[in-house]
Amino acid sequence: MTVCHVDLIGPATDPCNTGAILDVLCPMHLVLNKTGHIIHVGPTLIKIRESEDWLGKRFLEVFSLKRPRSVNSAQDLEAVSGSKLHLQLRDPPTTNLKGVLVPGHIAGQLIVNLSFGISAVDAVRDYELTNTDFAPTDLTIEMLYLVEAKSAAMEASRKLNLRLQGAMIAAEEQAFTDTLTGLKNRRAFDMIIERHLVAGTAFALMQIDLDFFKTVNDSYGHAAGDQVLQTVARIMVAETRDADTVARLGGDEFVILFPKQSNQDVMRAIGQRIISSFEKPIQFQDKICKISASIGTVFKITSDTATAKQLYEQADIALYASKRAGRGCQMFYLGDGKSG
Amino acid sequence: MHGLTNRAIQCFVIDTYGSERWAECARVADIGFSDFESMLIYDNDLTNQILDTASAALNRPRFELMEDLGTYLVSHPNTESLRRLLRFGGDTFIEFLHSLDELPDRARLAVSDFDLPELDLRDQTATQYSLTCRSPIAGTGHVFIGILRAMADDYGALVILEHLGASQGIETISISLVACEFSTGRRFNLGGQR
Repeated sequence: MTVCHVDLIGPATDPCNTGAILDVLCPMHLVLNKTGHIIHVGPTLIKIRESEDWLGKRFLEVFSLKRPRSVNSAQDLEAVSGSKLHLQLRDPPTTNLKGVLVPGHIAGQLIVNLSFGISAVDAVRDYELTNTDFAPTDLTIEMLYLVEAKSAAMEASRKLNLRLQGAMIAAEEQAFTDTLTGLKNRRAFDMIIERHLVAGTAFALMQIDLDFFKTVNDSYGHAAGDQVLQTVARIMVAETRDADTVARLGGDEFVILFPKQSNQDVMRAIGQRIISSFEKPIQFQDKICKISASIGTVFKITSDTATAKQLYEQADIALYASKRAGRGCQMFYLGDGKSG
Repeated sequence: MHGLTNRAIQCFVIDTYGSERWAECARVADIGFSDFESMLIYDNDLTNQILDTASAALNRPRFELMEDLGTYLVSHPNTESLRRLLRFGGDTFIEFLHSLDELPDRARLAVSDFDLPELDLRDQTATQYSLTCRSPIAGTGHVFIGILRAMADDYGALVILEHLGASQGIETISISLVACEFSTGRRFNLGGQR
């Protein structure tokens, strides 16, 4: 603990006073003697570790050299002169540092300059560094400023995005149109069916479920699935009259309301046309998508007092009968929970 | 004016006078919405409208209100991040004054379309400075008086500030530095809160 504290490149031994100059220009520098021992440290390094932790210690005992890895001795050090060094302090906090070393003007000495590099944000916090711990030309302070300013700006943008997303969800909830297909959505359809129930008029409710749609989605992706949904939507609109309402309830579930329709033969023909159109292969890029549909249909007659929920359930019973019958067909709800 | 500026005015009114007063200002000024978004750009007229309406509704002269806005931006807990960004300007109040010229550039580094008023600091003597400020919003110099007064407190410096009036959209502030280390000021940890 005696010779270690002597600053060997101070005025006594170095008329150029290199240490004092470097303390200002590079406050994170070290001077090593020819045996690789630390003989001088810049003021910022003294702030992050006591002098005793530096002076007289071997450089490679204080730092582990992450890159280049080949360096194991004082002799090896000189060989990496001028190249970029990745270092880590061995004692906690084990801060990562970047460095470069050059031979000093006194033979055998090495001067190492260090920087926190990208770990500056953590280092400044861990060691409570201030403006004055960095050379006035060092851009670390500007970097810290940018990190804070950008984080604040990012936070403001994030809040805006959250509000916009909330507004979009609210708008979608209020909308009556399914954005993908342009058909009416469930919300719109619920209101239309309710209006017909209140008016007490007869109508037919056709529930359509795509067959093999999941296979298309799984094998060719959602873009292919979206194209199939848009295609079947166009087919259903083409196969119905303006007075009929086609809606997408979600996923691959569709419904059509046919006002004043109570004829099973007519409905059978419409269902057949829809199914055979659906079964024509749909091209997506270089892929061919093949689907079909199962249909369940229920008639609401004037004297009936069924609610919308009951009608949906009855159409569902018929729909599942179609699925059980091997898909690609239409079944009718016949009352009393029976279909055929 | 950038949404950040308008949003600052909104937050100032809400944090100082309450959200009901803000809602009233937005309604009377007829800006067409109730909240400014920080990251959108608005017409300059809207900023003037909201400042005039707030001045009338809160029964405070516009320039007084704008000075309070400046003080708020530095000293209110909700605007701590802004105070920190300003403290990056330097270690002492004098260094901070000399950093004001580059403040618009610093702001643009963070938010590229954010146009702060053009600022120009002249030092007449070691203790006597003048700051000119060019902005499309009349009274912006008063906002800077509020900011400078609060920042002087923050650094622990004692200053006398005076608005020397406006000519052709340029407002001039005189800054007399009475004492650099008048009080201890507030701490500034470069690394933020641990």
